[in-house]
Amino acid sequence: MLVPDSLPITDDAVASAVDAALDAIDAAGDTAALKAARSAHAGEQSALARLNASLRDVPAEQKAALGKLVGQARGRVQQAFAAREATLAAEEETRALAAEAIDVTAIAPLGLRGGRHPLTTLMEQMSDIFVAMGWEVAEGPELENEWYNFDALNFDPDHPARAMQDTFFVEPEDAHLLMRTHTSPVQVRALLERGLPLYVVAPGRVFRTDELDATHTPVFHQIEGIAIDKGLTMAHLRGTLEHMARTMFGEGARIRLRPSYFPFTEPSAELDVWHPTFRGGARWIEWGGCGMVNPNVLRAAGVDPEVYQGFAFGMGIERTLMFRNEVHDMRDMVEGDVRFTQQFGVSA
Amino acid sequence: MRIPLSWLREWADLPEGADADYVHAALVKVGLEEEAVHGTAISGPVVVGEVLEYVDEPQKNGKTIRWCQVRTGTTESGESEVRGIVCGAHNFHVGDKVVVALPGAELPGPFPISARKTYGHVSDGMIASARELGLGDEHDGIVRLVTLGLDPEPGTDAIALLGLDDVAVEVNVTPDRGYTLSIRGIAREYSHATGAVFRDPAKAFEVGEADGFSVEVKDHSPIRGRRGCDVFVTRVVRDIDPTRPTPGWMVARLALAGIRSISLPVDIANYVMLELGQPIHAYDLEKVAGGITVRRAVVGETLVTLDDQTRTLDTEDLLITDVSGPIGLAGVMGGASTEVSDSTTDVLIEAANFDPVSISRTARRHKLPSEASKRFARGVDPLVAAPAAQRVADLLVEHAGGTIDSLGSEWIEAKRPAEIALPDGYVDSLIGVDYSLDEVTDSLSAIGCQIRLEGDGWMVEPPSWRPDLVDAPSLAEEVARIVGYDRIPAALPVAPPGRGLTRSQRVRRAIGASLAAAGLSEVLNYPFSTAEQIAMIDGEDAATMRLANALDAEAAHLRRSLIPALVATAHRNRSRGLSDLAIFEIGRVFRPEAGASYGVDAVPFGSARPSDDVLADLDASIPPQPWRVAALVVGDRRPRGIGQPAEPAGIADVIAAAHLVANAAGVALDVRQGNHDALHPGRTAELLVGDRVVGLAGELLPRLALENDLPRRVGVLELDLDALIELGEGDLVAESLSAYPAATQDLSLVVPVDVPAGDVRAAVIEGAGELLEAATLIDDYRGDGLEAGTKSITLALRFRAADRTLTQAEATEAKMAGLAVAAERFGASLRA
Repeated sequence: MLVPDSLPITDDAVASAVDAALDAIDAAGDTAALKAARSAHAGEQSALARLNASLRDVPAEQKAALGKLVGQARGRVQQAFAAREATLAAEEETRALAAEAIDVTAIAPLGLRGGRHPLTTLMEQMSDIFVAMGWEVAEGPELENEWYNFDALNFDPDHPARAMQDTFFVEPEDAHLLMRTHTSPVQVRALLERGLPLYVVAPGRVFRTDELDATHTPVFHQIEGIAIDKGLTMAHLRGTLEHMARTMFGEGARIRLRPSYFPFTEPSAELDVWHPTFRGGARWIEWGGCGMVNPNVLRAAGVDPEVYQGFAFGMGIERTLMFRNEVHDMRDMVEGDVRFTQQFGVSA
Repeated sequence: MRIPLSWLREWADLPEGADADYVHAALVKVGLEEEAVHGTAISGPVVVGEVLEYVDEPQKNGKTIRWCQVRTGTTESGESEVRGIVCGAHNFHVGDKVVVALPGAELPGPFPISARKTYGHVSDGMIASARELGLGDEHDGIVRLVTLGLDPEPGTDAIALLGLDDVAVEVNVTPDRGYTLSIRGIAREYSHATGAVFRDPAKAFEVGEADGFSVEVKDHSPIRGRRGCDVFVTRVVRDIDPTRPTPGWMVARLALAGIRSISLPVDIANYVMLELGQPIHAYDLEKVAGGITVRRAVVGETLVTLDDQTRTLDTEDLLITDVSGPIGLAGVMGGASTEVSDSTTDVLIEAANFDPVSISRTARRHKLPSEASKRFARGVDPLVAAPAAQRVADLLVEHAGGTIDSLGSEWIEAKRPAEIALPDGYVDSLIGVDYSLDEVTDSLSAIGCQIRLEGDGWMVEPPSWRPDLVDAPSLAEEVARIVGYDRIPAALPVAPPGRGLTRSQRVRRAIGASLAAAGLSEVLNYPFSTAEQIAMIDGEDAATMRLANALDAEAAHLRRSLIPALVATAHRNRSRGLSDLAIFEIGRVFRPEAGASYGVDAVPFGSARPSDDVLADLDASIPPQPWRVAALVVGDRRPRGIGQPAEPAGIADVIAAAHLVANAAGVALDVRQGNHDALHPGRTAELLVGDRVVGLAGELLPRLALENDLPRRVGVLELDLDALIELGEGDLVAESLSAYPAATQDLSLVVPVDVPAGDVRAAVIEGAGELLEAATLIDDYRGDGLEAGTKSITLALRFRAADRTLTQAEATEAKMAGLAVAAERFGASLRA
């Protein structure tokens, strides 16, 4: 270790060392200059270091006074260094931050914008309303055996209702295979497989031989529900549909049932929904079909209609999306144009 | 079904001023849904004119017009009001009464009439044809009122005269309500909806007696046990003039109901069918040889139908025959040989009732849907046949000038509808309403049921026109409907506790959310594929399911893979200027096993649970339809921006997507070099979970991409979702986390260039043992300093021990152990 050369301790010598140090500190414009100044004025060979070293040699009776003189001088200089250092560091940080500034309005997206298809998220949303009530979500094949799609649902093979459905049949001919025309086969499968009581909804794809245009598509989606238990009535059907309508559209929603006909329900009804805030004004909108499950459907699934009865309902997902989100053209939903999906994002 | 309001008003009391909206609102309450409103859309002044004189004026364009003087009324001072009108038709004479649309009138089209200058004259109105008035298709000449049997005063309002001010409401008739395909049925329903008085047209006319015409029904092979014909009523009207015009009001009503006027006898038959719901057939009696036999066709029999088509008959077809053979396809279409023509004088009227099943099958078999077959297929009231035959005869006498003969027949063997037991309280228990006893019985009486008390309830005999009422629920519906569905209260049922979504459902949601969050857009493509699309991924010989009646015959296959439709969707987007795409689909594919056959010969009949064996056969009759997830990327993954160059997408993006899918399914995916005919030979990855191949990712063969009008680089991915879901089943066992410091080291080793980096990494992981926590491939160097044919692979390794702070020496030892396995397996050496 280097021992600094001693320097006689005088008031002048101390004052001039301090002044020189303070001048150098003031003059330091950046942290590098300050570092050089620290080495020159507070380093081992600096005047103050040498004065400090001289304390070794002063007589004992002067040690206290001179020690105080030099110590105070060194303290002052150290303080000045620390203050200057903080100032310079702050200035440099400010300059660095200024240099790093960017135009946040010019930031480019890091990737593409994705989205889930609104038909998918709408089916999920509708399913979840029922899951929250303890119902389960059932699914089944899209290519079905005719028995599940028609016969088990009380469609007589010769009844005009069967022709009404515009069915896609699957080859070979007379093999009784088809693309399901509704999700109702899932009701039959659920009755056969799950036992009673039964509370399920069945969302999914269905097929009919309609050419694609603004209001038709040969492939579309439905959600159906079936509840079979002891003592269920048409009042339970209305209550369930009303709950669904209010959950989806708000407390102000109302529903209306109109007499209708479906082979698999008796009585049958068309379902209309009304809400004061529907886009395009408060009005009744046709939403789906429903009714009390025909005893023949229960019999086909081995359920005793003397003991159990229940209700079923179904609605089109495309139709629901059309009136809920003001989608005017069916083709927007089926063509896979990413602009359509992207506007919905991942929101449900 | 279209219902002219004037016609409805004849049989039900409509309030003053009741319009189409009013009637629609009433009918919808009882289940007759509004479809449309039809009107002749004429507004006045349209009046009767008398042609006083005309001059034929040939024109330069080759046409000859008539410059007519037409008297269109009488002025207040008693003078004739005469107008000059230009007319292009030549089918009228001086003195004819015609229909004149005066300036200010509007004819259907809309076609407004004004006085205008044409062919050198000012035409002060227009003389109208039947088509211009919305009275049918006739446009060869103008309407001569004399042909309608009319001789009104000039100036008479022609709109009221011809019934042109009527409108028709159109309602949708559900297939169970055949009786509402008639004014009779609609008027009855209108009365149920409003309480208005209903007058039954079937009871409004006196039905005379007739006898002596031989009718035999010989059905030796009833379909499903039901005789083909239960009722066969005939009447004979002699000495008619079939060429007389149909009255204007009848033409107008038929037109509003959607039926074109053809000839007087045909119009009357149609009119009665619309009014009573009973299809009518008229024969030229002279051409019918002997009596009529109703029977099934025999093999090889043929019939020339009214449309002059020769039909080869099926042994299920029900026929009307005389001694010469078939003269009609019962309930579907008459035969040509006995058709009523302009020279017919004596007419045989048939009003019969045929089995719905037999008629539907015949109509379908011969592709002859008709107004008659539509009604028979839905059930016609068997008791309306006789009144209907009588009504036709009466109208023929009135308008065609004939006389009713005593010859005829009345073979009526319709069974009475079976009584239905309706226990007291049943309706309440199904509908959830406390109906009063009166409400139940009054509702059923109102729709025509006969009710008697029995035990704790009623025995109910439905009316003859309601074959749809067969059980207690169908009666309950009638009560609910007549009282009104608005009476049904709302109650929420309480389901037993549910199990929530299935794992498959949860995983599909997670996959959708992950891929969407990563910038992919979900699409839902049709599953219809062309042979080329099938071949693209599954090869020329892949087994497919095919639609028998595809909308597009080219796309009759059901998809085996989701990728081809994604390619098509990508192209559609790009053709709309959307060039940077990342899309995905989650859906089912249809994958018949090669050589397997699907379907069943017959399905169980009737409403009883099939046996377990039969159900097993039904389930085995459909091909596997597994869930898949697929993705496609094309263009830039990261678009060009300020300070950001575009980054093109490719195989890396679809492999990243594959990892997202696997992550959502709870499995770890391994990637290894793969190959597929549709994919780039150097850019194809096989995706595995353990040893099981679960999918494929890569870039389309550039040639294939270009063929599909896509750029050269298209990344595609497809994963077997069912396999992922199955493999990810079971709860993961969480590893306990060591809090001791990690030791990180890089390892660069030299291997032959053809050794996959992933294999090198796997070897290092295997050799390094459990101290190795993570190994990331960070560099692949080839070139200076390395022997030809070799490359240097660098891995960043992170070591950690569960129970202590690792020393660098321990980490190095583990690393060298990893190297040792790589050395043994691939001849790897440490890079100098």
